[in-house]
Amino acid sequence: MAAMVQIQDLRKVYDGGFEALKGVNLDIEEGEILALLGPNGAGKTTLISTICGITLPSSGSVTVGGYDILADYRKTRGLIGLVPQEINLEPFEYVRNTVAFSRGLFGKPRNDGRVEEILKKLSLWDKRDSKIMELSGGMRRRVLIAKALSHDPRVLFLDEPTAGVDVELRRDMWDIVAQLKADGVTIILTTHYIEEAEAIADRVGVISKGELLLVEDKSTLMTRMGRKELRVDLQDPLTALPDSLSDFDLALAEDGLSVTYAYDTAAERTGIARLVGAFSAEGIVIRDLQTSQSSLEDIFVTLVHKTEDAA
Amino acid sequence: MNTQAVLSIYRFEMARFFRTLAQSFISPVISTSLYFVVFGAAIGSRIAEVEGVSYGAFIVPGLIMLSVMTQAISNASFGIYFPKFIGTIYELLSAPVNFLEIVLGYVGAAATKALFIGVVILATSALFVDLQIAHPLAMIAFMVLTCISFSLFGFIIGIWARNFEQLQLIPLLVVTPLVFLGGSFYSISMLPPLWQTVTLFNPVVYLVSGFRWSFFGLADVPVGLSLLAILGFTALCLGIIWWIFRTGWRIRG
Repeated sequence: MAAMVQIQDLRKVYDGGFEALKGVNLDIEEGEILALLGPNGAGKTTLISTICGITLPSSGSVTVGGYDILADYRKTRGLIGLVPQEINLEPFEYVRNTVAFSRGLFGKPRNDGRVEEILKKLSLWDKRDSKIMELSGGMRRRVLIAKALSHDPRVLFLDEPTAGVDVELRRDMWDIVAQLKADGVTIILTTHYIEEAEAIADRVGVISKGELLLVEDKSTLMTRMGRKELRVDLQDPLTALPDSLSDFDLALAEDGLSVTYAYDTAAERTGIARLVGAFSAEGIVIRDLQTSQSSLEDIFVTLVHKTEDAA
Repeated sequence: MNTQAVLSIYRFEMARFFRTLAQSFISPVISTSLYFVVFGAAIGSRIAEVEGVSYGAFIVPGLIMLSVMTQAISNASFGIYFPKFIGTIYELLSAPVNFLEIVLGYVGAAATKALFIGVVILATSALFVDLQIAHPLAMIAFMVLTCISFSLFGFIIGIWARNFEQLQLIPLLVVTPLVFLGGSFYSISMLPPLWQTVTLFNPVVYLVSGFRWSFFGLADVPVGLSLLAILGFTALCLGIIWWIFRTGWRIRG
């Protein structure tokens, strides 16, 4: 089956000459959660805005559900729900009305029951007759999500959904995303929070300066680029590492009480067993072992810096 | 045709109007009454009749036109400017709607509001003067067409405006003077010959004249010309809006 969203050589040059997207190619599969990571101004929002129809592409093509976003805009836009980054809501409107308005705008007949379900799912039912201006920031963000879900989209774009949101709401948001995924909705989210991508995404794309640097399965990415570290705590301090251990990539702590061993998880052998053997052969008593894996954040920083250095 | 969307926009905009109903209703009533007091009593005592019609009655069509035009412009321009200003326009741009549906929703609502105000003023006027309407159908047609065309014009202003100042600029500097100089409160036959000619370049003259004809059978310019003028203005505004949505001017980056 063809990808739910197909982006081919998408370019966007703004009137001032700024090139926000420099030929992006990306296939997004139905039902997956794709996280787009990138620094501010990387082109994440431009990419989303173009797919949703808010900005016009300069060249290239995008299809959603097999339909072209320009030629068949009614079909593609009907499939898409968008939660924008900024909290854009009419302050004097009522929660229920504004959600019902969105549903109608997307061509769906009035359905109070459906609107009620959505409001309940987002814990907004108690606030249904409140004005937007009476709501807290977190509640307003929920309203934005309710509006985006009002017409039952098959593809949902979340542009930094958890920026400036408290921990509880962030957890709620992740639950909602998980539920939508269970319903088969394709979800694309942009984020600054790498832990967010780590927690909920199936695949991760890294975008910087209008270019998609890579898109990969989250776990593959972490294994491929992940470096693991083994920390060996010692019973007695060492002043220097014995020569017999020079094959290993080791670092001795200043206090001499621990040794750090860096290894590649993708390598055929990690060498841990051999290392432990070598330690006991030298008569070094091991007190404890612990391993840690580099996070997406480290991977991300490395990637973005690499391209910046190359440029 | 996404009828649901048109209805949604229309209802949404009308809800805004109904929230401020008292204000929408009272202000035209008060300003109309003031016009009657000032123009009717002060000037009317010096000009008893204009071409056989009492001065008080003579100014009614002009008064209605003045309010209908300014209301249509301000409602329509605000209606589309406000979403731009607070950012909710993203939803409109990402929705499966075309320009015609957006225009039908916003302009339809603005025109309805203007029509409502027009009827309120007509009713208020009837309290002050004896009104006769010679051609009721023509009267309705002129009023509705004016509501629609000036709402279209307001919609363009709302898209063009980058700030609240610009939003007020055209109504204040162009429309109000044109209406006041467009024979709303006098017959252009009362002007010196040179000014009569100059006035014929003012498009509002044709609208007021046609509208007044539908009340009293009196016109400064032929009725057919009035109708042509208003239809031409509507077509021009529609053409501009079509171009705006085709190019995305000031709305789509």
